[in-house]
Formats: sequence, C-alpha cells, structure tokens
Amino acid sequence: MTATTALKESSRDPARARLDVVLPAGDGWTQEIGEGETFRIVDLEGNQAADTLFFNSRDFDERYSAMETIRAQGNIYLTTGTALMSSEGRPLLEIVADTCGRHDTLGGACSAESNQVRYALEKKHMHNCRDSFVLALARYGHGLTKRDLPPNINFFMNVPVTPAGALTFADGVSGAGRYVEMRAATDVLALISNCPQLNNPCNAYNPTPIRLLVWRGD
Amino acid sequence: MTATGSLLQEWEAGLRPGQAWSRRMRRNQVLRLTDLEGTACVAALFYNARDFLERYNMPDTLKAQYTAFLTKGRVLYSDMGRVLCSIVEDTCGWHDTLVGHGMKAGDAARFGAGRYQELRNERHRNSRDNLLVELGKHGLGKRDLGANVNFFARVEVDETGALRWIPGASRPGGFVELRFEMDTLVVLSNTPHPLDPVTRYRPGPVALAARPGPAAAADDPCRLSRPENGRGFALTAQYLMEIGETP
Repeated sequence: MTATTALKESSRDPARARLDVVLPAGDGWTQEIGEGETFRIVDLEGNQAADTLFFNSRDFDERYSAMETIRAQGNIYLTTGTALMSSEGRPLLEIVADTCGRHDTLGGACSAESNQVRYALEKKHMHNCRDSFVLALARYGHGLTKRDLPPNINFFMNVPVTPAGALTFADGVSGAGRYVEMRAATDVLALISNCPQLNNPCNAYNPTPIRLLVWRGD
Repeated sequence: MTATGSLLQEWEAGLRPGQAWSRRMRRNQVLRLTDLEGTACVAALFYNARDFLERYNMPDTLKAQYTAFLTKGRVLYSDMGRVLCSIVEDTCGWHDTLVGHGMKAGDAARFGAGRYQELRNERHRNSRDNLLVELGKHGLGKRDLGANVNFFARVEVDETGALRWIPGASRPGGFVELRFEMDTLVVLSNTPHPLDPVTRYRPGPVALAARPGPAAAADDPCRLSRPENGRGFALTAQYLMEIGETP
C-alpha cells in the first residue's frame, strides 16, 4: 500500500447504541437501518472480510452500486468521505469514520462456483459468502434472491489494483478492533456475510466475528 | 460493413451512434465488434440464454484472472463459475469493466439535455436507459442490470486507487472478437463512456459481424491462459452435458 490514508475515529458510545450484536464468522445477517442512523462494523479480531450490500428499503430495485460509487469519487478504494452510491446514482450511506483506511468493492463475494474456478473443482462443498447472502435474503423474504446480488463491498479487505491493471487479493490492512462507521442517507436494508473463505488471505485464513452497532439519528 | 459469411443481416449489422441491440448468440459463434471511427464505447451485458438468472459477473471474472481489465486471452465468467464467452481477438488491448455505464443525469451535464422536438432522432440516448430498454424486451429489468463491460474504453487505476481515463484506447477499425462458450443473450449499447471527457455527443458507429466458429480446442489460448480458466471451461462442459449438448 503506497497511498497514505487518514484514519478517522468516532466518538460514538457503544453503550448508547440501539443495536449491538456480534455476528459469528461464516454467518449471514440482514438489518433495516433508518435514514439518519449510524451503522458501525467492528473487525473484532482483525483481518476479517465483511461482505456487505445495501438496498433502499422502500424500493429494493435501488441497491448499492460499486460502479456508481467508484465513479462518484473517482477512486476504487472506500474510506471516510466515501458516499456509498445506489444504482440510481443517489447516496445510500456515507462513511463517516474509518480506522482501517481502505476497503474493497471490486472483489465481489466468494461463491461455491467461483471457489471451484479459483481453487479446485472439489471445493464446491465449502462455505461461501454467496450462499450466506442467498440464505439471509430468503429468510428476510420480500422476494429478494440471487438476482439481487450485484458487486458488493468487502469491508476490511485489501484488493490492490496496479496501474498496469493487475488485481490481487492481498493480506488485510485491518487489525483487531478497527472499525468503519457510516450514516444512512435514506432508509436502507443492510445485508452482510461475515466471510467464511478458507482458501485465500482475505481473512488471514482464520475467519473471526464482527460486531455490528446501530445508533439512532442525532 | 459485414464480413463475408456473416450470420447477421446487413441492415442490422451495426450500431449507430446511441443505438442499443440485443440478440441471442449461439455457442461457438464469434461476434466481432468493430469501432469504425475509433470513438465508440459499447456497454455490454451477458446472460445465459437458457437461464437469465445466470449472468456476467465482473468480480468473478477479474479475480479468477488476476486482472482489472479485459483483453485477448481472457474470458467472461458468469456467476455460476462458467465461461459465457472468450475474447479471441483484440486490437485494443484494454476494455474497461470497472466503471459501469452512463446515466441520463451525467449525460445531460456533459452534452446538454436536448429536446426531442429539436433533435428528433438525434436525441441523445444514455447507456442505462438503452440497456433497460433491451433488457425489458426479454422480461428483465433493473434487478438484472449489474456491472457491464465497456468495449473500446480504457480506465487505469493509479497507486492511490484513483481512476484515470486513457484517451485514444481504440483506433479507427479497431475490433474485438467474442467466441460464445454457451448460448448467450448479449445486450449492447453504443453510448458514451461515463468517464469520457468529450462534450459533444458523438459515439462513433460500430460494425457487428457474426460467424460460426469451431469449439475451443484443447490448446485454446483462452482455456490455457490461466489454470482457473481450465477449470471454468471444465465446469462449462459439465453444464453443456447436463442440458444435452455435446461440449
């Protein structure tokens, strides 16, 4: 990592959060977050990838767009100040604090099938983020399915791209206790897979829990 | 404009400036897109023609091949670990798939809004609306409009992660050829790239030509370019047998 990124801490008190849960490694999760609320994801033990999507919870057809997001800020890495843009070109949330420094949105989610391509045909049985996404959406209901999984955010994950166009999955830039915090610009549904990947260093080969907090609007 | 033996009719074998297009391509057909004036950008989406729920997946395509762009020797993966098509020829060397497609608001800021009453058939069309129109003809819509490919556009990423539009990525007559590895619905829009700094709406015309081709050989360069692609072709062959085709 050659870029220096300013880290920004938050003064929010976890004791005052309206929601404070731990999502174990390998689990999926959905949560509605209201306009004006603040959402924090904490990498409790370090080097954990949190695969994340957001939907406008009043119109699920409008959802997070990696392409709109990187184009709006002219940069592929997400950090403090990044507006997480929707497929309609509107901000869904804005990152307001970040003690990790940068997050990926090009690497997508692992799946049973992409694991077969990337590692070995006999890897299909392994746990993966796409399965966690699909199960979490099926439990949430409202007709959301695999069809509703565009390229996602990988909080705490490091996917460097070089000027020559190489793309790799590198060791994480995160560490125990680092977090990212974002404020919802509209009512959103958050969808997370706490990544179970065991085949590459996105989790340092050791998937660990994340902590999820939501504070009501100021 | 069409190659000898083209499977496409002359009257439909091109994309005028601003035109959208969709068509089912058969397995082993080769589709050539030619940037006649060197100023085109073709936004493209790909779906399994038998099951539209299976579609082009940008992250899976990039991470399987350790690349942030597309060119000859690389393949386009679906979200099911299979190869939709292979890039078998390419005179440009770089096709963007990171930055997505232009929308009405961004295009209006660049080119002016423009009223149909004055512009008539020259009224500007934007990539997103074009793609939605073609998707709608196949019963698809916003939920199906994911990350696209932008043929003839080059966008680099510097050391800080900043996006950089590279002008002149394509030359007049530059072309790219796609060989389909399964029956595929192709959706195209010849509309300005969202990062192209041009202020005049003038995407150049694109010629399209299709021809039948042989199946990818055992020593096909796309198959061999990465061990991942060998596995992707194996998964594709397995699927073709499942649906009763001979790989």
